[in-house]
Amino acid sequence: MSQDLLFQLNGVSKSFVKGKEEISIFSDLNLTIERGDFVAIMGPSGSGKTTLLNMLGGVDQPSGGEVSFDGARVDNLSESALTRWRAHNIGFIFQFYNLMPMLNAARNVELPLLLTKLSKAQRRKNVETALALVGLSDRAKHMPSEMSGGQQQRVAIARAIVSDPKLLLCDEPTGDLDRTTADEILEMLQLLNRDHGKTIVMVTHDPAAAKYANRTLHLDKGKFVQRELVA
Amino acid sequence: MSQIAAVAVMNIRSLPRRLWMSLAMVLASAVVVAILLAFLAMARGFEATMSGAGSDAVALMMREGSQAELNSVIGRDQVNLIEEAPGIARDADGPLVSPELYVIVDGIKKGTGGKANIPLRGLDARGMAMRGNMQLLEGRMFTPGTNEMIVGAGILREFDGFQLGNEIRFGKNVWTVVGVFSTGGNVFESELWADAKMIQSHYNRGSSYQTIRAQLENPGNLEPLKAYIDAEPQLNLELKTESAYFAEQGKQLQYMAIFGRVISFIMALGALAGALNTMYTSVADRAKEIATLRALGFGNFSAFCGTIAEALVLAAAGGLLGSLAAFVFFDGLNASTLGGSFTQVVFSFDMSPDLFVQGAVLALLIGFLSGFFPAWRAARMPVIVAFRNGA
Repeated sequence: MSQDLLFQLNGVSKSFVKGKEEISIFSDLNLTIERGDFVAIMGPSGSGKTTLLNMLGGVDQPSGGEVSFDGARVDNLSESALTRWRAHNIGFIFQFYNLMPMLNAARNVELPLLLTKLSKAQRRKNVETALALVGLSDRAKHMPSEMSGGQQQRVAIARAIVSDPKLLLCDEPTGDLDRTTADEILEMLQLLNRDHGKTIVMVTHDPAAAKYANRTLHLDKGKFVQRELVA
Repeated sequence: MSQIAAVAVMNIRSLPRRLWMSLAMVLASAVVVAILLAFLAMARGFEATMSGAGSDAVALMMREGSQAELNSVIGRDQVNLIEEAPGIARDADGPLVSPELYVIVDGIKKGTGGKANIPLRGLDARGMAMRGNMQLLEGRMFTPGTNEMIVGAGILREFDGFQLGNEIRFGKNVWTVVGVFSTGGNVFESELWADAKMIQSHYNRGSSYQTIRAQLENPGNLEPLKAYIDAEPQLNLELKTESAYFAEQGKQLQYMAIFGRVISFIMALGALAGALNTMYTSVADRAKEIATLRALGFGNFSAFCGTIAEALVLAAAGGLLGSLAAFVFFDGLNASTLGGSFTQVVFSFDMSPDLFVQGAVLALLIGFLSGFFPAWRAARMPVIVAFRNGA
């Protein structure tokens, strides 16, 4: 196995039972993601891209096949083991930011660090670093309601990277933003990938957003229909 | 622990979003706790009033089979025999024995204006001396052989027309209030006292009495007196210490405490239903936040504890509010109710510290039970909810 291989899906299938009918989302899906990759996953609604993202993030389990992360199987982990695995390895960036409205920016960014054994001082230092990286040092004490959509998403990015996870999973990260702000966010993701070596998987509808990735995978009816290098 | 604390703090800080639902839960808990405490304080106050009246050093004798003073009849000959009995303290004037009468008169209650029974006790100076804590607050002692009486401080508080100097008509007889007395808040303060011989005359009791009180040589030791009564065929008397008698009378109103607990339990069920609704709403309102935290790696136990903590905080706030309301409105409140002899006993609600503990336990129980099932739902919240649309 390549040292650079981070994620590997082998013959993964996913289906739901609705009433008496079994609905298949994927069957025999294969995917490899290497360290430092920036992958965009595109596809029409219902193509299974969010389900795939959920599976990569350990939020959803496959019905069949194998999912390996960093050389270890994760598809057979218990729910609590998956929760711990997520805390150590995955940073999520959501379309609607999903910030805690009652916490200020710094407190929001600090959340993943509460799952670590870092001291309060160390946590504060890491939060400052993450906020500086997304250009929001001066907004640390601001509440989400006092910030624009772009700023909120930058706080969400700071939250996603503060515990230095191996993989960032982005679910339509610019879906709720105007073009200019969306470009700023995508440039930031690109910078995290290029300069900080973060592996990123991004689900998007937006071809302009996908252009920021190293490669784009098109998912349709549960299958990758085309693979092409963008950058 | 830091996970649980962080989630609990977030939940509590999100309460303003669910202000009215949360307030409803606080108020429901407050009402249940206030009602429980009011009933318990009432029962506690009544019991204290009754049990505070009795002395171990005084023997109380009534006709055998009488449950209360009102039902008893004792002849003068029996009083004479008791005065010769062993085990009774004596002074220069002879044995410390007080034969007493106990009749019922009407009083008009303040506030409601309704008629209620008040005991009029006939006794003499010896009887008064046996009530060690008796104190004249105003006026003077009644003069034996006259239609004068002194009134208990409780009667003055709860009934109309008993002010010092007033003339009061009971049947054909007019009595004058010449003094007001206190016996330290116990049941005797709910009585009128007058000369026993005048009451015998006005109420056609001949030379009979209803009870005999005797100061014991050795407090609590009824044995010599009991042996004497058992051996004397003319004395068909029931003997107990005064404290035992009033303790039994006080227990008659134990139903208040039981009734209070039953009412509180039923109301608590209602409050619980409301509180469950509040907490389920809270979980639904926080669904996305709970799921997001789970996605970030927070455990489901922290989601469970956070919800329980929120329910406990709301219920505890209600309990505190209810306790405060009960304390402000009920502690020391004067009331009167029917005692053991079909007469009114004036007493004060007694909000003792242990009642607050009971109130707090009830509030926390409501909080825990109302939080448990919603917390379970929060803990089982699918993480996928975090990815659903909508801000």
